[in-house]
Amino acid sequence: MKAVECSSLKKVYGNVVAVDGISFDVEEGEVFGLLGPNGAGKTTVINVLTTLIRPTSGVARVCGYDVLTQQGSVRRVIGLVPQDLTVDDELTGMENLRLQAALYHMPKDLARKRIEEVLEQIDLNEAIHRKVSTYSGGMRKRLELAGALIHRPKVLFLDEPTLGLDVQTRTSIWTYVKRLAREEGVTVFMTTHYMDEADANCDRVAIIDRGQIKAIDSPRALKSRFGYDAIELEVVQNGIDLKELLSNVSGLKGIESYNSRVLIKAEGGEEVLPEVLGRLISSGVTVNRVEMRKPTLDEVFMSLTGRRIRDEHSSKEEVLKQRFNIRRLRA
Amino acid sequence: MIGEVSALMGRELRKLVRSPALLLMTMIQPVLWMGLYGKAFNLTGMFSIPEDLLSRLPPDSLRVVSSAFNAALTRFFGSPEVDYFSYVATGMAGVIVLFVSVFSGMSVAWDRRLGFINKLLAAPISRFSIVLSKVLASAVRAMVQSGLVVLTAIALGLRLDTAGPVAVLLGFTALALLSIALSSLIIAITLRLKNWEYHVALANLLNLPLMFTSSALYPRAIIPDWMRPITDINPLTHAIEVLRSSLLYGQSFDLMASLNHLAYLAAFSALCVVVGSYFAYGTLNAER
Ligand SMILES: Nc1ncnc2c1ncn2[C@@H]1O[C@H](COP(=O)(O)OP(=O)(O)OP(=O)(O)O)[C@@H](O)[C@H]1O
Ligand SMILES: [Mg+2]
Repeated sequence: MKAVECSSLKKVYGNVVAVDGISFDVEEGEVFGLLGPNGAGKTTVINVLTTLIRPTSGVARVCGYDVLTQQGSVRRVIGLVPQDLTVDDELTGMENLRLQAALYHMPKDLARKRIEEVLEQIDLNEAIHRKVSTYSGGMRKRLELAGALIHRPKVLFLDEPTLGLDVQTRTSIWTYVKRLAREEGVTVFMTTHYMDEADANCDRVAIIDRGQIKAIDSPRALKSRFGYDAIELEVVQNGIDLKELLSNVSGLKGIESYNSRVLIKAEGGEEVLPEVLGRLISSGVTVNRVEMRKPTLDEVFMSLTGRRIRDEHSSKEEVLKQRFNIRRLRA
Repeated sequence: MIGEVSALMGRELRKLVRSPALLLMTMIQPVLWMGLYGKAFNLTGMFSIPEDLLSRLPPDSLRVVSSAFNAALTRFFGSPEVDYFSYVATGMAGVIVLFVSVFSGMSVAWDRRLGFINKLLAAPISRFSIVLSKVLASAVRAMVQSGLVVLTAIALGLRLDTAGPVAVLLGFTALALLSIALSSLIIAITLRLKNWEYHVALANLLNLPLMFTSSALYPRAIIPDWMRPITDINPLTHAIEVLRSSLLYGQSFDLMASLNHLAYLAAFSALCVVVGSYFAYGTLNAER
């Protein structure tokens, strides 16, 4: 059985098409990432799959249950960590977890046992008896994670789990997510617009833009399919036109030069690089430095959509959102 | 469902106990009104006979005059023993229920803003539990605050003359019915509003008009004729009347009249709960 199935899923708000007829499956036990810029429709997909909103058309199933007609069953098998921090500030960590357990109708002794188990995983120690308002952003996220796992969900939905956290905390959150996924055997369905995180942590990613899925595969396959290797050179040109010199190198997909710097996009950089160097040196160009980078999901996104994942508009939105989160963390 | 509601109410009540500052701040307004009106405008004082006049009156006419004054006091304030401060103070014990209930939407708006509601909605609980726990929590909060207003008033000189524990219980039952009614309406509306600022505007729109058209500050008998129908349908009037007569009128507590008020409140509150939960349920289930 698939953990998640969507077919021709569509959600329209007024005249905004938030999700534009997408279809995909998520296998059981996978860590699956939905990757896209702000406003791509990621949260909307999560909201449909967690029964928070109704799709305009199309079908979605979680563990075989239809999100429209079997809401109760869906809700029993999922855990959700929403994009916003939703633990209650004025309660202690422990009280939040107990409330969560009660919402899933867990008997007291079972709840106690499960709370102990998840607490072992998230290292909150004695802070668990403090009010959440004294927690750091990372501690809150960990508490949310623990709460979402209390009832042993089959599918865990994480909406931008690391948004607004510093790099170190982001890394540690991922360590927790992966450890929990492994020990609890849950399927993880996450969204993010941090390409590097998706790359490092997901078994498969779907790239979503303006409500449509552009590609879906393992990060490695996506990169080799859509991304180019980048070669960066520092040279002394000695009056030679590099573009003309290198134009017919096979596998070379683009070349730009800025004064002494040359940027080359290539397919199969390992073969292109020696050829490029050979030509440059034999024509009398002095090469001072060479660097080659393998493609990232950022580049995959760019070659699929023609845009960078963080353009002006979205980065502004992100700053606002982050500020909101930080304000809440301080309050 | 009982488990769900009690878990959710537990959360609300913990928050209530943990923020005494909020509790006290909500009380500032009613206590101010109470002091301002009750102590400054001595309405009942107008009907007392000045000392110098008293000493010059012949004993017979004294009896006539004072019984006339007493009749007037009884007509306006329900009993000749009631001073205006006690009158307004008991009114405020009802008004705070209005304030607290109308602002109950705030906690819904806030939960929604923080995404807490989404977490509840993604859990396998009845949507009805979510609304019910909010309404009941608001009623409990209103009772606590109202009780505190009464205690404050006693400290400030309220002349308590209760008609016994059962009557007082009826008084607070009236307040609870009022709170349940108003909270379920407000919560249903707030769930629809996308923006919590609207809720604040709505609350302000409701609070003062309902207070000034009720019998919180003025006896029904001196309210102008054109306004009296509004006073009579205003549920706040009914709640205040029961509470006031249970706390102040001692043996002249009118059980029949109180039961009538209670019946009115029960009907009003049933209507509000049905309409409110219908809309709230619809919003939580089908919206978006
Ligand atoms: N309730 C709503 N009413 C109207 N439009 C909405 C609503 N929710 C989302 N949208 C629109 O749908 C689109 C997709 O939004 P969504 O929140 O799913 O994006 P996202 O990928 O999660 O973005 P982010 O990274 O900012 O969280 C956006 O254009 C957004 O403005
Ligand atoms: Mg989102």
